[in-house]
Amino acid sequence: MSSFGGALQSEVTKITSTRLWWILAIIMVAYVAVCAGGAAALFGGLGDATNGPSISGESLAPLIYSFGPTLGYVFAVLLGALATTNEFRHQTLTPTFLATPRRGRVLVAKLVALTGAGALYGVLAMVAAVGAGAGLLLAFGIDPQLGDPDTWALVGRSVLAMALWSAIGVGLGVLVPSQVAAIVIVLAFTQFIEPILRLASSIADWTAQIGQFLPGAASDALVGASFFALAGGGGTMLEWWQGGLVLLGIAVLVSVLGWFTSWRRDVT
Amino acid sequence: MTTGVTIEFTSLTKTFGQVQAVSDLSFTVEPGQVTGFLGPNGAGKTTTLRMLLGLVRPTSGSATFGGTAYRDLPSPLATVGSALEAASFHPGRSAANHLRTYAQAAGIDRERVQLVLHRVGLGAYGDRRVGGYSLGMRQRLGLAFALLGDPRVLVLDEPINGLDPEGIKWIRLLLRELADEGRTVLISSHLLSEVQQSVDEVVIVSHGRLIHRGSLASLDQSEQKQVIVDATDRQVLAAALEAAGYTVSPLRGGVLVADAEAADVGRIAFAAGIAVTALSQKRVGLEESFLHLVGEEGAL
Repeated sequence: MSSFGGALQSEVTKITSTRLWWILAIIMVAYVAVCAGGAAALFGGLGDATNGPSISGESLAPLIYSFGPTLGYVFAVLLGALATTNEFRHQTLTPTFLATPRRGRVLVAKLVALTGAGALYGVLAMVAAVGAGAGLLLAFGIDPQLGDPDTWALVGRSVLAMALWSAIGVGLGVLVPSQVAAIVIVLAFTQFIEPILRLASSIADWTAQIGQFLPGAASDALVGASFFALAGGGGTMLEWWQGGLVLLGIAVLVSVLGWFTSWRRDVT
Repeated sequence: MTTGVTIEFTSLTKTFGQVQAVSDLSFTVEPGQVTGFLGPNGAGKTTTLRMLLGLVRPTSGSATFGGTAYRDLPSPLATVGSALEAASFHPGRSAANHLRTYAQAAGIDRERVQLVLHRVGLGAYGDRRVGGYSLGMRQRLGLAFALLGDPRVLVLDEPINGLDPEGIKWIRLLLRELADEGRTVLISSHLLSEVQQSVDEVVIVSHGRLIHRGSLASLDQSEQKQVIVDATDRQVLAAALEAAGYTVSPLRGGVLVADAEAADVGRIAFAAGIAVTALSQKRVGLEESFLHLVGEEGAL
């Protein structure tokens, strides 16, 4: 019998049976660890040299830990986008739809499976950020605030953000089935277009009102801390749960659009 | 013995923009036989099979398995096994994992994976990534996917393409075996000669239309006979035959007379005072009947 449980199991096997997921994960963990550790060392060291930390001790640790989602989310989006675009690229949609002719079931299974994988990426990114960050903060004699429940709430919200980002990647891959185009869009938007838009939106009040709904801003709001916000680009911020809803809404929106533009089309 | 399922195509039509790929196609495919679905490239065979499998939405008409559309089958892979022409594998995934992925989706016992890999001769290569497979091995893996659910119906698009002579012999035996077990077997090909030894029934399409449906023997149009005749002066011979109303065409070793009996040709030559050096009756071959049916495009 073909069932949702089977489809979900199948989508999980698809992720784990190729090398992509752990190669991306290793790069992400190394990137996050180096940056979080580096920032901890830099600000920890600065604090000593200027005899008074430039960022107050209490806010430094969460900022360092937020490197997990703010640097790691690109990897979660890519994982999700590659999971769908690979199906188009290698024409594996044919056997997929032959095994599960109910295409909506396949799409939901894929979204659920990749949301789970994104959460796992979130855990790995937080292990890297907290591991390297807290280690170096301790080395500079700064309280890593590991006993503070707020820190662990931030870790939890970061994992949630990463999970939602991976689902957005799935939807994006359905909306833009061309793998090259999807990768270019992810990298250009996250690394270039959105940071500029966020910076530009902080110019006036009314633009800031719109800017807070940009996906990166919403993600920062959900996580609750970010260097971007600190740099003055954040402007007005949503509540954390609002940020989460914005990300969820984007994931649903791109998936539904993709359903109409590519997923339910003829597979030739 | 498995219970047979009849495939039913009813007025199936597919239009891509201005192009009518499949036009009002109606025929049935019976269990216990191997049916060849033949036609030149671009005749609409693959589109027809993809509509049957729910991958392409028909513009009108329907294709069902004993009345049930593919997407309404409760256990599709256990009812219909299919291998389509396009290579549909992730090159970085092993053959066993490829099959396992779809076995899970279809709720098929995971032991079937090794079983079908062995059945298609890939038992020793299941853990290798498909990217390193040869074309023949990919064909076999496609077939393993088709057999995964132990289906009662097999739909194979150009299954012989890319196989070596040994593989061709092997697949012929396999198809025969599957049909003898009572399964419905539909295989497409653009070459009659490729499947001639495997099929019992033929369905021939050209330009998306059905042009012939019947047993393989029905293709042998024995009423159409040809004669090969030769004489020292071929031009005189050809002129005499044309004068008698026959259509002649030159061959390397004589003159081909269409729609003729050897006795009549001999009589005409004798009456014209031509000494015949060769005279033989020739039946139109299956391949020629096929090409005749599908028209000139078939020669491509």
